Amino acid sequence: MEKILLLAFTETDGTLGKPGLEVLSAALKIREGLAGAELVVGLVGAKVGPAAGQIVGCSPSRILGVEGEHFSQSRYGTDAAAAEAICKAAEATIILAAGTARANRVLSGVAHRLQGNADTHVCGVDVADGALKVTRWYYRQRMQAVLQRSSRPWVIICDPSSFAPWTGSSRDDAFEAVAVPVPDSMRTTVTGTQAPASGAQTIRPDTEVLFVAGAGWTKSQADGKVKVNEAEPLILGFLDLTKASLGGSKSMVDLAGEGQQVLSFMTHLNQIGQTGATPRHPKGLATCCHGEEPHAVGWRFINERRAINKDPNCGWAQGKADVLYVEDAFAVMARVNELLKESK
Amino acid sequence: MSGGYHIVVCGGIVPDPLQTLEPAVGPTGPALRNEMMLPAVLDPWAGHALFEAANLAKSQPGSKVWWVSMGPKAKLQQLMMSMGQKVPFELVALDGSASGFTESAEVAAALAEAISSIPDLDQSRLLLIGGWESASRGAGSTLQIVGERLGIVDQFQGVDEVSVQEDGSLKLLERVEGGKHQISVCTAPPIVVGWATGKLPEPPNNPQIGMMNMRTVMPALQRAKAVQVGTGSLNFVSVRLPEQRRSTRIVKDATVEEIAQEIVEWIKD
Ligand SMILES: Cc1cc2nc3c(=O)[nH]c(=O)nc-3n(C[C@H](O)[C@H](O)[C@H](O)COP(=O)(O)OP(=O)(O)OC[C@H]3O[C@@H](n4cnc5c(N)ncnc54)[C@H](O)[C@@H]3O)c2cc1C
Repeated sequence: MEKILLLAFTETDGTLGKPGLEVLSAALKIREGLAGAELVVGLVGAKVGPAAGQIVGCSPSRILGVEGEHFSQSRYGTDAAAAEAICKAAEATIILAAGTARANRVLSGVAHRLQGNADTHVCGVDVADGALKVTRWYYRQRMQAVLQRSSRPWVIICDPSSFAPWTGSSRDDAFEAVAVPVPDSMRTTVTGTQAPASGAQTIRPDTEVLFVAGAGWTKSQADGKVKVNEAEPLILGFLDLTKASLGGSKSMVDLAGEGQQVLSFMTHLNQIGQTGATPRHPKGLATCCHGEEPHAVGWRFINERRAINKDPNCGWAQGKADVLYVEDAFAVMARVNELLKESK
Repeated sequence: MSGGYHIVVCGGIVPDPLQTLEPAVGPTGPALRNEMMLPAVLDPWAGHALFEAANLAKSQPGSKVWWVSMGPKAKLQQLMMSMGQKVPFELVALDGSASGFTESAEVAAALAEAISSIPDLDQSRLLLIGGWESASRGAGSTLQIVGERLGIVDQFQGVDEVSVQEDGSLKLLERVEGGKHQISVCTAPPIVVGWATGKLPEPPNNPQIGMMNMRTVMPALQRAKAVQVGTGSLNFVSVRLPEQRRSTRIVKDATVEEIAQEIVEWIKD
């Protein structure tokens, strides 16, 4: 009989964030599908009480918690110790967690401590004939595999936005505190976070639309002129009006790194693609980028895809976008912004 | 740090990203069609790790870089023809699979053993570095497990910057949600660093570095221990290519106004 553990790191206010609630949905699906399976919830953070109350409606058999100042920091040493202690206390055979930066940093290492195995970037779970199967991608989203594991414990780390978040009633609830030995001197201290130097917060994982700017925005245009100065307000204006998230092609972000005259708010963190991010958004609009295969790979999880390119033979035309508008992106985006403003 | 760092870079090979990849059934599990024929490159994020390592070593006198790489020997040799000319390192080669379908825990065990056998490696000066994810398995788990096996519990992933502070502590910037970086300070090595893109471009080829590296590269390749890594407890139920093609509607003769209106409607829908 499987013992499923939902392992989650709480937010600073002690609640469970959206990625954790999404994985709870997956955990419940597994509990339902595997006869006799039991669900335990394990929470780690500065405070975990609010999260315990938030999820109690899913009827876990136990809620375990590790809380305290040491666990407020997203840090390998303390997070690994806490996760290990909870997994052991729960005697978990299947451990599910959301693939946040915090969990991704540590849970494969924890799987090793538990003499188990981890599968990361899981984007689907399924139970058929009493067997659990998970889906993940290989070779940078080029091919999709369905996996089973014969050994336990099995740590399954799910990509955010892969499941609909669980919703259910909450009430105050207690949790069983799990003691974790913390070394006297922690060598690592987390001192804070910082946004990109440009100041513009352009990456918004939870939004509807991804807007991708390609190197074309910085290339000389029909009149032989480079129009980066015009490109910047057009792109920022669109982001502001739609709250879209900004991505860049590799060429675009590399230009930024080479100190050329480029979009001041574009950094490597914006890069989409084979060696960049593969974000999940319902819609994506690609502008001035060619849509080559390594780039299209980064669009794997964008459901509806449209592109604007002057070249009717660009990569997007080759069955990668739903719609390709063959036009000057400067002209189209200027008008798009005007229309968006008018309709506000 | 006085005496410098001992920097071990774990970096494997992956098929050139511009190649079309197709799954196939191999003798021990899934494989890539014509895997041995596909041109290979250094795994991109591991490449950033290697360049950042070399840069750090240069700025910290007495430091040394080892590059531990597992892959089919012939492919490693090919890779060294180009990468061997970029930055100084000593190669530790393992002759084994570079497939993304292998179990990362098995790969980690082989790498940890190879690292432990490096003569004169001083763990108190060790920076264990690699790419935060491979372009093959893309799991982000191998380095973590190597770190665990070597008893290193100060680990950082998605790192874009490591700087040595005046007091000798290390300041690290790690990618976190929302395009931000988390800032951590670690008092001293050993640490594990999984690099993201970092800040450095690929260095140009330098024949002098090539000559220097080749003195150790060829013997390392000859010595390369054959290792078996498999799929462990993994059972691949299926591996398939996604539905690639969409039927693209190409809008050629519309006015800017028409296109803009259509886009706005679609966004608001
Ligand atoms: C190892 C490796 C890894 C890679 N990883 C990535 C990755 O992660 N992400 C990625 O994106 N790429 C990646 N690539 C690179 C990829 O192959 C392409 O080189 C890159 O994506 C091209 O960027 P681009 O489309 O912005 O620029 P370009 O190829 O320069 O295309 C510019 C486009 O803009 C159009 N254009 C110009 N002006 C206008 C205008 N006014 N209106 C409309 N259209 C206009 C042009 O028609 C052209 O199609 C990788 C390559 C390698 C070898």
